[in-house]
Order: sequence, then C-alpha cells, then structure tokens
Amino acid sequence: MTAPTLWRDLRRHTAARVGLGRVGNGLPTAAHLDFQEAHAWARDAVWSTLDVPALAAALGATVVASAAPDRRGYLLRPDLGRSLASGEAAKLAPMPGCFALVVADGLCATGVQAQAPALVPALQAGLHRAGWQVAPPVIATQARVAIGDAIGAALGAAMVAVLIGERPGLSAMDSLGIYLTAAPRPGRSDAERNCISNIRPGGLPVADAVAKLLWLVQAARALGQTGVALKDEQPALPLLPADQPGGR
Amino acid sequence: MGFSATVGGTRHGFDDLRQLLACATPFRSGDALAGVAAESAAQRVAAQRALADLPLRHFLSESVVPYEADEVTRLIVDSHEPAAFAPIAHLTVGGFRDWLLAAEPADVTALAPGLTPEMVAALSKICRLQDLVSIAAKCRVVTRFRNTLGLPGTLSIRLQPNDPVDDPRGIAAQVLDGLLLGAGDAVIGVNPATDNVDNLCRVLGLLDAVRDRYAIPTQTCVLAHVTTTMLAMQRGAPVDLVFQSIGGTQGVNESFGVSLSLLAEAHAAALALGRGTLGDNCLYFETGQGSALSAGAHHGVDQQTLEARAYAVARRFRPLLVNSVVGFIGPEYLYDGKQITRAGLEDHLCGKLLGLPMGVDVCYTNHAEADQDDMDSLLTLLGVAGVTYVMGVPGADDTMLAYQSTSFHDGLYVRAALGKRPAPEFEAWLARMGLADRTPEALPMAVAGLL
Repeated sequence: MTAPTLWRDLRRHTAARVGLGRVGNGLPTAAHLDFQEAHAWARDAVWSTLDVPALAAALGATVVASAAPDRRGYLLRPDLGRSLASGEAAKLAPMPGCFALVVADGLCATGVQAQAPALVPALQAGLHRAGWQVAPPVIATQARVAIGDAIGAALGAAMVAVLIGERPGLSAMDSLGIYLTAAPRPGRSDAERNCISNIRPGGLPVADAVAKLLWLVQAARALGQTGVALKDEQPALPLLPADQPGGR
Repeated sequence: MGFSATVGGTRHGFDDLRQLLACATPFRSGDALAGVAAESAAQRVAAQRALADLPLRHFLSESVVPYEADEVTRLIVDSHEPAAFAPIAHLTVGGFRDWLLAAEPADVTALAPGLTPEMVAALSKICRLQDLVSIAAKCRVVTRFRNTLGLPGTLSIRLQPNDPVDDPRGIAAQVLDGLLLGAGDAVIGVNPATDNVDNLCRVLGLLDAVRDRYAIPTQTCVLAHVTTTMLAMQRGAPVDLVFQSIGGTQGVNESFGVSLSLLAEAHAAALALGRGTLGDNCLYFETGQGSALSAGAHHGVDQQTLEARAYAVARRFRPLLVNSVVGFIGPEYLYDGKQITRAGLEDHLCGKLLGLPMGVDVCYTNHAEADQDDMDSLLTLLGVAGVTYVMGVPGADDTMLAYQSTSFHDGLYVRAALGKRPAPEFEAWLARMGLADRTPEALPMAVAGLL
C-alpha cells in the first residue's frame, strides 16, 4: 500500500458510521442530518404492519392474534403480546410431539414480510429431513417471543421456533430473530431459549440462519433442553464478504 | 407494619416498605405495568413524605424481598457494615438527603459499605435531578486494571465496536475510528453477535492483538454470557474482563442463567489469569431498570429499587466497570426521554453511593419516545454528576444491537464542555500517537496497518 489510508476509507470495511469527519468536537452537518433521516425512517418502521393475507397464503399458515389490542397497547403491555387473545388457541389443531414454527410481527414487520417466505420452507425441509413432524406454520400478530410458548402448548409441540421482527435500528430495519424453545409452555424464561439474531440481507443470510437453527435443534434434542445449558458450539461459519459499500 | 402520611387532609396508608417505596417513585411506565405505581400524584407525594420520615435504621429490619427466598437479600443483609453506617445511623431518609447535600466528598464516599440498596433507592425517590447530580458528584470511586478509572476530572469512554456478524474488519475499522476520536479508555468491548465459544475466542484474540500491538493502556472485553467466557478462559483465550448482565433478585439472575456462586467462580478464574498490570478489578457488569419485571421476578417491588439491589450483587465482586443500559429496555419500562433521563441519573447516583465505578449507557431504542436531544441533555447532566464512563459508538448508531447510544463525537463534546480528560495513562498514549488534539485526515502509519 503506497497511498496513505484516509480516515473516510474506513467505511469500506463496515456499514457502521465511521469516518464521518469532525467539525470542532461535533458532527459535520451532512452526517448529522443523515442520522436524523435514518431515525425518522426507523420511527415509522416501528408502526409498520404485516400484510397478513398475503403472508398466510404464501406460507399456508394459520393466523392468530395476541391479546394486545393495538400497537400502542402492544408497546406498553408486553404481557399482552405474549398471550393469545381469547379463543385463538382453538384455531390450533393439536399435533403432539411436533415441531412448531411461529412467524410473529414483533417490533417491525418489514423484515418478516420480506424474509419469512424464504426462511419458512427452508426450515420445514430441513426439519423434515431430520425426521420431525412439522405443524403448519402459525402467524401471530402484535406478538412477542413468548407467544410461542402459548402456541406450542396448544399444539402439544416438543419444540417451537419463533421467527420474529427485531426492533428496527438506524441501519437495519429488516432484521429477523429466531428463538428456539424446547417443551414450550407459558412461564418459560428467556434463559430457557436459544436465539439467532440479525437475519437480513446485510447481516446473517437466510441459508446460514437455517443451518444454525437446524444445528441447535439437533443439539437441543440430544441435550433434552434449550437455553443457557445448550452452548452454540457449531463450528464458526465462513465470514461474509465484507467489502459492502459503507456509504449510505 | 404500615406507614402513613396525610396530604391535603387525606390520610394515605401503605402496607409495607415495598409499597411505600413503589408509591414514592416518580412515575414510569414499568411500575404501571407491574401494577405498583402510585394511583395519584397526591398518593405519591404522601408516600414521599412518609418515606422522608422513615429512620434509615428501619431498612436493616425490613427487606423488600424475603431473606429466606432470595440470595440477593441475604447478600445485602449479611454484608452490611455497621461501622460505616454509624455516621448516619441516627438519620431519617429525609435527614440523609440533607446530610448528603451538605457533606464533604470523603465523608460521602466512606459510607458505601454501610449503605443498603434500599436506603439509596429511597433517598433517590425524594431527590430532584439536581440533587441526583450534586450528590453523585461527591462520590469517589477509583478502579484499576491496565489504567486508572474514576479519578476526579476524568471521564472515560467504552469503545463499542459491535458488528452484525463479528466481522474482524468491521470491528477493526470501528476500533480505529474510536481511537482516532479519543475513545477506549474504559474498555474496548464488543457485544458478540452470537454466544459461540469459537467466535468468542476469535474476537478476544483480535482485540487483544490490537491492544498489544499498539501498547494501548486499556482493557478488552467480549460481552458474552459468563459461562461462555469461562469456557474461553479454559481454552486459554486472552480474557481481561469477565462480563455479565445482572439484576436485583435471585429470580432475575436465574433468568440470566447466573447465581452468586457462579459469578464467584468466574471471578476467581479471571483473578487467576492475573492480566491486570495496575490493579485486579476484572469484572464488568451491566444492569437496567425493568429487567426483573421482564423476567417475572420482581416480587411486587418497583423497578428502581430492584435496580439498586443489582448494585449489591455487583459490588460483591469489586468490578472495574458497571453500567446501567438505561434506555435499552424499551418504552414499556421507561416510556420517553423524561423517564430515561431521570432513571439514568438515579442509577448513577445509587451505584456511586454503593461504591461502584458507575457508567451509564446513555441510549434509546426506536420504539421509545426519545431522540438525540434527550441524549444530549442526559449526557451533559451525567458529565456534571461525574459519571465514570459512557459508551462510544460510531455515529451513535449500533448496527448490531439496533439502538442509539452516545457517539465518539459525544465523548469529545462532553469532555470539552466540562473540562474532563481521559484516564491519565490513556491520555498519555493518545499524545504519543499524535491523536490527542485533532483527528488526522490520513491515518498515522503506525495504526493504518491494522486493516
């Protein structure tokens, strides 16, 4: 390397807001307003909603609602987002010992809408290969992670994976997480789950997320539980090509 | 036994200490969610009056979570030091506030082993923001590993180079950016994208290589679960600080997959490595109001009192760093900028009074009613309060955790605005590297090779 590395060149290596420059001790105006714009987009994303009929048709899914009455109620009352609304459990046909897949809007519907149509069939295929009986997917609206416990219990599932929209950040408003819980039933704690996060085009790709979940499912079946006792000792995945454009 | 106070001709009664503390708490959404908040402004001020009249000694005889049922309560009761408590043993909570506002820093600092979390939580409930600031500014807490944190006139920064997939180049670029802007004296600490032992060892190796190559007088940390870090230590990975999230009841700690005995085991393992050169403070804890309710382990206690109890867990292990991640948990616990601001200052004061090297992650999520203006005011208030450290994230945008914290630029701002300096060893290193006064447009050749 002969030319000096410039501060702004750091942006070649990361989507983080590096190399922004400096005016006194503050941010240059353009960088400051870039941030304000990103925050405005993220604020709007929190209030985005799933196109439930389209997603249900694509996945062949059953649709249930949480007990949260609306978005504001969902934000202020997480307990409601963890429970099924009255009567919803009756929509779920029990399938004892099955693997349950739940698709939930969570804190941002955008990434769920975009990625669930690829993720769900890939997981179904892998779980079938591993010998699981997989229940028809369940879409849950205004839902938190723990709604999978109520759904899994209603189905009599041996294990549940909840695919859920993650809280939108400034740089990623399309991110999904997957939470795996063995023997789901209301009252499970977060220490009894394993999580794969940041599934999105610029983060963990769908194929890697599927491979990791299938590894965790197999390890959980061997161990007889999920949670902190189940260590993710899957050999490290090959790294993504990192030269993503850093500019925004 | 019950408590009562009369406000405006109406007598308000409170069944026990737990209810009195909850009703005296300035309003926040998490206490409403738990169903423990005061039902009216009048009931709240009545509780504050009754609390102000309560002798501090009472806290030694009534626990908010039963002793038999909770190891955190047992730790609090069993580790109380009467000699340190003696100077204030005759005071009420209100009298304690008055005493603190008039006291000298050395006298305030000496109290720590004699104070319980519930005492300092009670105090904070009858404090305005300016009281939270001015009392905290009297507390002196100094810790050491490879540098000296918490000296008067200093304000340190945790360099937080999180990457969505723990890509080494992404982490390295952010480390460089932070160093160019004077951040990293508290710790260079990565939240890993996955809690995988191989991955943890890889990121630990990267951070240690950078620190070692440039002889940076600081410490590194990957904020994995304590059990994963213990596995990494068994594999010989370069672990400076052991990290863990903790809370204020045995139940919330169980939800985090930890106990006091597990933390003690990890502490012993880290001490045995002996990697600190100036001192052996080798733990790093994060906390935050609302975690116990989130885990269903709150026992009907308000979230701020439980947060203070988490500090009793922390101080047992003489940590290098502790911070509340105040705005991370979301609007169901702290709804907006006003609630986040007050909670951040409460957490800082309570941690400092209990003798902790208290930092604050001045932050918010995109589903909270908060923005950069709120963060600027909280950061400035905390700077005046003498906060030990804050976070430094490129452009305030954590692309892995998807929330906004303080930026490297914010660190420069608050140091300049308040005349604060980095930890002395780190400040000298910045000067040696030519980074102390300005950020060069071209990277110094010494560090450009990192990428």
